[in-house]
Amino acid sequence: MKNEKYYRDEVPENNPTFEVDRRNFVKLLGGGLFIYFQLGEFLTGVSAEAEQRRTVPNDYNAFIHIAEDGKVTCLIGKIEMGQGIITSFPQMVADELDTPLESIKMVMGDTELCPYDAGTWGSLSTRALGPVMMTALAEARSVLLEMGAEQLGVSKDEVTVENGVIFIRNKKSKKVSYGELAKDKKIEKYLEVKPKAKDFSEYKIRGKSFNHADGVAKVTGQAMYSGDFRMPGMLYAKILRPPSHGATLVSADTSEAEKMAGVSVARDKELVAILHADPEKAEKALEKVKADYKFNEMDVDDKTVFKHQLAFKSEARVIKSVGDIETGKKNSDFIIESEFYNSYVAHAPMEPHTALGFMEGDKVVVRASTQTPFGTQDGIARELGLGLDKVRVIPPFLGGGFGGKSAFRQAIEAARLTKLTGKPIMVQWTRKEEFFYDAFRPAAVVKITSGANASGKITAWDFSEYFAGSRGSDTIYDVPDAKTTSFSARDVHPFATGAWRAPANNTNTYARESQIDMMAAKLGVDPLEFRLKNLKDERMIGVLKAVAELFGYTPAKGPSGRGYGIACGFDAGGYVAHIAEVKVDKATGKIEVVRVACAEEIGFCINPEGATIQLEGCITMGMGYALTEEVKFTGGKIHTENFADYQIPTFSWLPKIETKILHKNEPPQGGGEPAIICMGGVLANAVFDATGARLYQLPMTPERVLEALAKVK
Amino acid sequence: MAETIQFELNGKKVEMPLDKDQTLLWALRTNFNLTGTKYGCGEGYCGACTVLMNNEAVRSCTIRMEEVAGKKITTIEGLAKNGKLHPVQQAFVDNDALQCGFCTPGMVMNAVGLLEKTPHPTRQQIVEGMEDNLCRCGAHVRIIDAIESASKAL
Ligand code: FES
Ligand code: FES
Repeated sequence: MKNEKYYRDEVPENNPTFEVDRRNFVKLLGGGLFIYFQLGEFLTGVSAEAEQRRTVPNDYNAFIHIAEDGKVTCLIGKIEMGQGIITSFPQMVADELDTPLESIKMVMGDTELCPYDAGTWGSLSTRALGPVMMTALAEARSVLLEMGAEQLGVSKDEVTVENGVIFIRNKKSKKVSYGELAKDKKIEKYLEVKPKAKDFSEYKIRGKSFNHADGVAKVTGQAMYSGDFRMPGMLYAKILRPPSHGATLVSADTSEAEKMAGVSVARDKELVAILHADPEKAEKALEKVKADYKFNEMDVDDKTVFKHQLAFKSEARVIKSVGDIETGKKNSDFIIESEFYNSYVAHAPMEPHTALGFMEGDKVVVRASTQTPFGTQDGIARELGLGLDKVRVIPPFLGGGFGGKSAFRQAIEAARLTKLTGKPIMVQWTRKEEFFYDAFRPAAVVKITSGANASGKITAWDFSEYFAGSRGSDTIYDVPDAKTTSFSARDVHPFATGAWRAPANNTNTYARESQIDMMAAKLGVDPLEFRLKNLKDERMIGVLKAVAELFGYTPAKGPSGRGYGIACGFDAGGYVAHIAEVKVDKATGKIEVVRVACAEEIGFCINPEGATIQLEGCITMGMGYALTEEVKFTGGKIHTENFADYQIPTFSWLPKIETKILHKNEPPQGGGEPAIICMGGVLANAVFDATGARLYQLPMTPERVLEALAKVK
Repeated sequence: MAETIQFELNGKKVEMPLDKDQTLLWALRTNFNLTGTKYGCGEGYCGACTVLMNNEAVRSCTIRMEEVAGKKITTIEGLAKNGKLHPVQQAFVDNDALQCGFCTPGMVMNAVGLLEKTPHPTRQQIVEGMEDNLCRCGAHVRIIDAIESASKAL
């Protein structure tokens, strides 16, 4: 079977068209120059075990190919899901190699072509892979210069390169291009990376703004997502779903469904799927399946969840402790004890989980919307009892991920069904399935006991998070006696939970920044001044001062009635601070966000335009978990089934957004997550400033706001 | 003989067997392989499936094929003419009004429909006109900017 058939003519740049297995890869890419980089221990997230389990060559982590026409293909294990590395990576590559930006092509995440990668998350693409790649590319450049010099018959220090053309320094006409070097050759170089990458001052392309490289493909409908591929004989699978988590299938009667024309049924243990060439017909037939279940559900719902969590037997782990918390409390002139709550929220990417599985000989190939192509490959291989060489995962464009597409159940389903039937099988979840199987951001409780002295210094900080996760639980303020404790337990949740854009940090930052605000109010000092007084970290101070200037903030003690809130935090290597302005309708409890200003510092910013877009995205998306988003459930039954039950931010919500990115000649950090972490805290603090009402639970729905308003004396 | 229907799709007359249960969304995606029109919710909430029917933005997941007979349908694939992007498409590219791009075809089509009705909308009219198209990535600010600049270019 040749794959060309089901590709479109216009293949977006990150959909590899090479249909080869890796051993034949070099042969099929034709001539040219292959440079493999061995980056081993540099690449975070690659466990030794994961490396060993790969059957394909594992002696390199990245490579580039330079073709005879000078085109440079860069193969990495990351994927593009809207965060924009398809734009920023070529900038890095072009800059380090001194070659035109247009000559760079990215191939991403194909388990057969690309080097192993643990997953696209944690804003790691830029901060972990980036520096490693830069060093590697610097090495590649030096190899190219060496080859060029040899060709020109001079020594290496006599040549230099511009726009992919190597020439003799004082004789520009004596030149050879990268493409010419690659001509009629097949050179494979394996490099161990040592030399230093370029200095920030030498950057030409990095640090400049570029529009999305995939913009045209996406506005014309040509960009291919997993559900957009078509194959001869392809069938859509609609899978029988239990009514709730914790329900197990006892029996299923598919006879009525089978009477419908064109329907076939695939069954493998608990997996019952209706297959049809028309997805709507398959869906109709699925409704005719009668099934019985055994129930074993947890006795908890969205109202009782926090009580349930605090009563659950959990394991305490002290994450960090300085000084002695009891001494700190004794040294405090006042103590505030609070409990904060945060709900389950859904990822709700616009593209539901989708996968197309098909056989290529005895190999299972799956095109899947996944943030973890290699994890998905592992998962499929394990489930089907196949070697990794018999499973290939190819991620096309992703319609959003936010952590939710680290789970790859749909890809396993497609793989199982294609193996079972031998046919190409499309598994495209409905919105209801997407909500049902989403690994939600965990509901969580944070307890804080903190104290300060009369002169406005924080003297004690005792922070305990229950089931949020520890990311972002650091004190960040300079407190002599402080302790952070993390409580966790298996099976505390009635369904799957997982990483949600800046995992744990949204909850922890909301709680911490609320508490800080409460202390400032108690002291009767301006909340910005209070923060600055208790911070030591210059980078945090830097973003706070920057956002205050951007917003035009003037000090006042809260509640000032102006509706201004402040919050700051740290995530994935980046520093952020926000100031927001809200209006609260005291009759309805509705919050209107008027303005949000945000300053961020993520080291050297590769693509300021891309980073600004991420900031805007974080602010917009973050209003959702702060104000409306909450999964409703009873036991394992999820009541949230479509967007009518789950309000995400829309156009009318838009505040005036002002952003500022502080440039620092420090290693680049990821920008896809940090700016979302403050949204709960900054809006809660703004509501307090507007009304004097303190919100201890997210989301701040009108009912909760009204309740809190009723408590204001 | 199975009943057939005819309609105009991206400027061409087409004919297909009528299936009363079929929605326009899936006819486009499966019968015509026009996969730029996306499934986001299937129940009319998100707008990812927006196309033009007789120059009016509609949600193809809620339209049965019966209603399509004799109509003029334009999808995202039919917007660019002779390789030149429609001004709204161009404005989305220029303003970087997208991230993952999954909502984008629906956003573009809805915006075209909006400008068809109101060629020079105020920002408030843009917000109201786009309100029910969902974007999870938070590209909203730029989408409004894009539509505003497209309305000037038109
Ligand atoms: S798919 Fe039609 S409105 Fe969501
Ligand atoms: S750009 Fe991703 S949903 Fe709008």
